[in-house]
Amino acid sequence: MAEPVPSAIGERVKESLRRPWVGAVLVIAAIFLALVISHGLHNVAQTGLNGLSLGAIYALGAVGLTLVYGILRLVNFAHGDFLTFGAYMAYLVNVTWGMPLVIGVFWAMAATAVLGLLFERVLWGPMRAKHAGFLQLILMSIGLAFLLRAIIQWFWSTDIRVLDVDTTSTVDFLGLRIGQTQLIVVIVGVAVIIAIGLMLRLTLLGKQMRALSDDLELAETAGIDTRRVINYTWIFAGALAGLAGVLAAATTNLRPEMGFELLLPIFAAVILGGIGDAFGALAAGMVIGVMTEWSTLVIDARWKTAVGFIVLVAVLIVRPQGIFGKAKAI
Amino acid sequence: MSIDPGTLAPLAVTLKSLTDPDFWVSVGVLAGIYAIVALGLQLNTGFTGIVNFGMAAFMAIGAYAMAILVLKAGFSFWLALPCAAGASMLFGVIVGLPSLRLRADYFAIATIAMAEVVRLFAQNARDLTGGNEGLFCDLDNPSNCYPDAWNDISESIDDFISNFWSDPPTLLPLLIVIWVVVGLATLVLVRLQRMPWGRVLRAIREDEDAAQALGKNTLAFKLQSLAIAALLGSIAGFFLALDLRTVHPLDFEPLVTFFAFSVLILGGMGSYRGVAVGAVLFWFVLEGTRFIDLPDPPFTETRIAAVRLAITGLLLIGLMAFRPQGLFGKREEMVLGD
Repeated sequence: MAEPVPSAIGERVKESLRRPWVGAVLVIAAIFLALVISHGLHNVAQTGLNGLSLGAIYALGAVGLTLVYGILRLVNFAHGDFLTFGAYMAYLVNVTWGMPLVIGVFWAMAATAVLGLLFERVLWGPMRAKHAGFLQLILMSIGLAFLLRAIIQWFWSTDIRVLDVDTTSTVDFLGLRIGQTQLIVVIVGVAVIIAIGLMLRLTLLGKQMRALSDDLELAETAGIDTRRVINYTWIFAGALAGLAGVLAAATTNLRPEMGFELLLPIFAAVILGGIGDAFGALAAGMVIGVMTEWSTLVIDARWKTAVGFIVLVAVLIVRPQGIFGKAKAI
Repeated sequence: MSIDPGTLAPLAVTLKSLTDPDFWVSVGVLAGIYAIVALGLQLNTGFTGIVNFGMAAFMAIGAYAMAILVLKAGFSFWLALPCAAGASMLFGVIVGLPSLRLRADYFAIATIAMAEVVRLFAQNARDLTGGNEGLFCDLDNPSNCYPDAWNDISESIDDFISNFWSDPPTLLPLLIVIWVVVGLATLVLVRLQRMPWGRVLRAIREDEDAAQALGKNTLAFKLQSLAIAALLGSIAGFFLALDLRTVHPLDFEPLVTFFAFSVLILGGMGSYRGVAVGAVLFWFVLEGTRFIDLPDPPFTETRIAAVRLAITGLLLIGLMAFRPQGLFGKREEMVLGD
């Protein structure tokens, strides 16, 4: 009886290794250990903490993009410029009109949600009715991205602007230090995404969204008001993109191309997390944010923007269905 | 989108400049460069059905490889030319091998990410590429610029033209060479498309599984299609460097790829001959915003750049909504299937 036991354990280990998220956790743990050994726990924890606020922004952007991608099969390249739009809406309220940023956040979320609904009404809805193909839709979304950026550049020029936020106060704990704004960004981001993720799992609307994501026509046949669900999808995508844009602006600054620059790491989070999976997007966004900051321990900080792109390319090559996704027709 | 300020400097000219040869030469040079890029996209997207969003990377590699090989490695101009094109094609194959197996939307995202990695590399590997300083002349020896051999060619063409045109525009020799390349590339691609090789590409576009069932190695054909696009991209990148007289990371932003997509769609999907027409129309409009003397205010420099961006965006949206096959494309060639 002594012999089969180790092989059974071995089988179990092998079995769990086949589960991709276990593999992903092991890879991250290995990177973490290697960095702790070479650079010390404090540095790794500090850069990881910095990465969380970046990760929260990626994650918030990714949730909206992944819902639209999963439900409408639309690869929305204009999503990055939704973030930019939200950021400038907050700038309008917070700096131009001199009101508190909290009002700016709600205004930005509302305005970007309306923008999402507007484009659904005038562009995406009619194009779906025409049975437009993938290339048509993807090029259209790129055209829309340019148009949005052009409008922002017309009104606000290419000057670098900042929101009226506290950039100097810091919070210390366990010997680590995080900017007060960064900490708020992390808390807001994580809370909102968990709320959205629970909503998708637990409410009827969430169930309907997942039904549409599986098969839109079948969902319609089953009596789901698909139009209503699609409108809600755009409201969520727009509002979350607007929020992500404001958080990005609060931790860095505002430029017309900020959203397009955030778009590729956000795509990385969407694909790593599995298309249509809000919790996957949260986890993947955080992982990419933390990895980006960890990279500054090893290589010059000016290379860190490449981390998101490299993760994206690597995931597409190794596991295009994402960590949590199932291998379907990819 | 930050566009190289050099290309945006508004010229203090009026509507009369539409009769100015400089305007037409400027339109012609850019149209020719983007026609070459769009020919590559036509082969990929129009005829093979692979949505390549990474042309900017092939252009960047062509332009940077030329500059680095001539300036830093001391290659002769004529040896560097095939090496730079080869580097770009090799890069295309290396990128294509893993990513061409992906679904069309993932391939599109993978190629744009790959193009951004190349651009970030150009921006940050300062020792090799000059970073944001750009690369054109040897910094220690400013008289040593890489296209010295090109200047000789340019002068000899100039001498020839001056026999019957006393004061030709500076860029006229470049214009002539570019359009000769456009013509040759169009001829070769049209011929290739009529050969069995071209028919296999179209079979892949229509139904890759069926092409595979016929025993075709579809991955190999798609790689060849991508490598030819990389070759065309590297040539276009090299010409762009000669036109702008610098090799700078900002000249190879994703926007560049989508300028070429606008040209491609305008000319028409599945039509090599339409590409040249689309390129001239597109750059006539875009350069028009530069040459027409718009009042400032409200038309500041950044606002004119915004107008150019808006025109590109509206063109893409409008064509995709109302005429996805473009001006000269055939609707049945426009495979957009889902």
